[in-house]
Amino acid sequence: MIVLLGVLVVVIGFATKRNPLLVVGVAGIATGLLGGLSPGKVLAAFGDGFAGSRAVTIFAITLPVIGLLERYGLQEQARNLIARFATLTTGRFLALYLGLRQIGAAVGLTNVFGHAQTVRPLAVPMAEGAAERKYGELPDRTREKVRAFSASADNVGLFFGEDVFLAVGSILLITGFVNTTYGTHLEPLQLALWAIPTALCAFVVHGWRLLRLDRQLERELLTAHVHNTAAAEAAQ
Amino acid sequence: MIKAEWFYWLVGLSFLVMASQMVTDRSNPKRYGTGAFWGLIGAGFIYSSWVVTKQAPAEPLGVAVLVMACLAGFGFTGRGTPRTTTPEQRTASAAKLGNKLFVPALTIPAVAMACAIGVKHLSIGGEPVLQEGSETILGLGIGAVVALVVGMIMLREKRISVPVQSGRSMLEAMGWAMLLPQMLATLGAIFQVSGVGDQVGKIATSVLPEGSLYIAVVVYCVGMFVFTMIMGNAFAAFPVMTAAVGWPVLIGHFDGNPAAVLAIGMLAGFCGTLVTPMAANFNIVPAALLELKDQYGPIKAQLPTAGVLLGCNILIMALFAF
Repeated sequence: MIVLLGVLVVVIGFATKRNPLLVVGVAGIATGLLGGLSPGKVLAAFGDGFAGSRAVTIFAITLPVIGLLERYGLQEQARNLIARFATLTTGRFLALYLGLRQIGAAVGLTNVFGHAQTVRPLAVPMAEGAAERKYGELPDRTREKVRAFSASADNVGLFFGEDVFLAVGSILLITGFVNTTYGTHLEPLQLALWAIPTALCAFVVHGWRLLRLDRQLERELLTAHVHNTAAAEAAQ
Repeated sequence: MIKAEWFYWLVGLSFLVMASQMVTDRSNPKRYGTGAFWGLIGAGFIYSSWVVTKQAPAEPLGVAVLVMACLAGFGFTGRGTPRTTTPEQRTASAAKLGNKLFVPALTIPAVAMACAIGVKHLSIGGEPVLQEGSETILGLGIGAVVALVVGMIMLREKRISVPVQSGRSMLEAMGWAMLLPQMLATLGAIFQVSGVGDQVGKIATSVLPEGSLYIAVVVYCVGMFVFTMIMGNAFAAFPVMTAAVGWPVLIGHFDGNPAAVLAIGMLAGFCGTLVTPMAANFNIVPAALLELKDQYGPIKAQLPTAGVLLGCNILIMALFAF
């Protein structure tokens, strides 16, 4: 049971908003030592972990070109473009993005979309642009909300799309684990089919929440607007 | 054959170049710490190639990782003033270039798609063009390089230092968040060898009363959810919860459909991924990349969806898997 102390360190660390790198470092060292690893082994575990997980950081390779394009007004142009589609509100646009992300992941194109390559340069300016067209300049709080929901559309779409694809890591992990451990013959196709009901639920649930975002924005921004005009009139 | 390692070297090399720019950037009050942090990550990326093939010891890299964590964790890193264009210049440039600006941006996904679908099956002299199993990562890497070339030609930008400087500003803005996913992967591995998984499995089995199918379904799904939150990854939770509850109870005792139980169990774990800071690459890194003030913003946006979907998974499993 004592190795669970490491879990406690993580929970307390994140709850008290300590720097996550320090939290994870301390939790790793504590868990390793409590679990009977020698200090050398713990160090080696950090080295191996870094080396083996470089794939999660490879998106950094897209930053120079994204940065270059942003210098030349990519985000501004994304806003201009969305302004021409009057029926595409923030919520509708993000629901569309969710659907595309899900379909893309379901046919195995997991790296075609992503936070660095599509959410920051394209989806966020478009989602914000759609709201700006209607309400003008957005307050910071609203901007944060639109951005957080843009990130969520990408994540939900990816997670609940990819398992429909046969050759994705999690499906192969399931078949690999049970076929070797329990000597069964599960086919990836059976598993992928059983991922479809949840994928549909995910689209309906999160899509509905994204559409509802429009109403939330309307409520927040129109009351703020009325407020400001009233204040301005009172000042006169 | 194009190997994944080449792109890790390219990433490492660009981090090293950016680190040298950081050290000489006098607008950054913490330029030495910042440069050291990114320089170490860059060098680590390249050194790692020999660690994964066991040709170099992992311990020095482990020391370097802990030094990086301390540099960023104790506030020795900072950011300089980005050298970029003014909003007015950007608006003017957007008006001038118009939708042409999307061409390089869409080149990345287009090339990634082409690699994942087409180039994957190509081989020259019996050897596949892209390293097997790494096609999607290579697609992203090749897409980024091609997009950079297309972008520089299109924008008539001759200085390679311009995109590198822009990329560096984004790195500085993200700071420690960039290293967190890799640190967490390490923590997951340490949890595994130290037996954290077995303990969680034991707890799950001990709260499981005998004879009730529906409670067993709830324990399996909620167990996957909670354990995934702890580990940051459903892959780590799956073998443990399946060995503890999924296989012996749901499939063995209650005769459930294995494909349905296991597939839906994994998806219950994915609901946990949506709400944990431990899944840093999905939840914390985007918050930094999108310049959110609240680093838990994406998690808060995802929390209600994750809760409802966990309920959906429990229902779907209870109704259709038995």
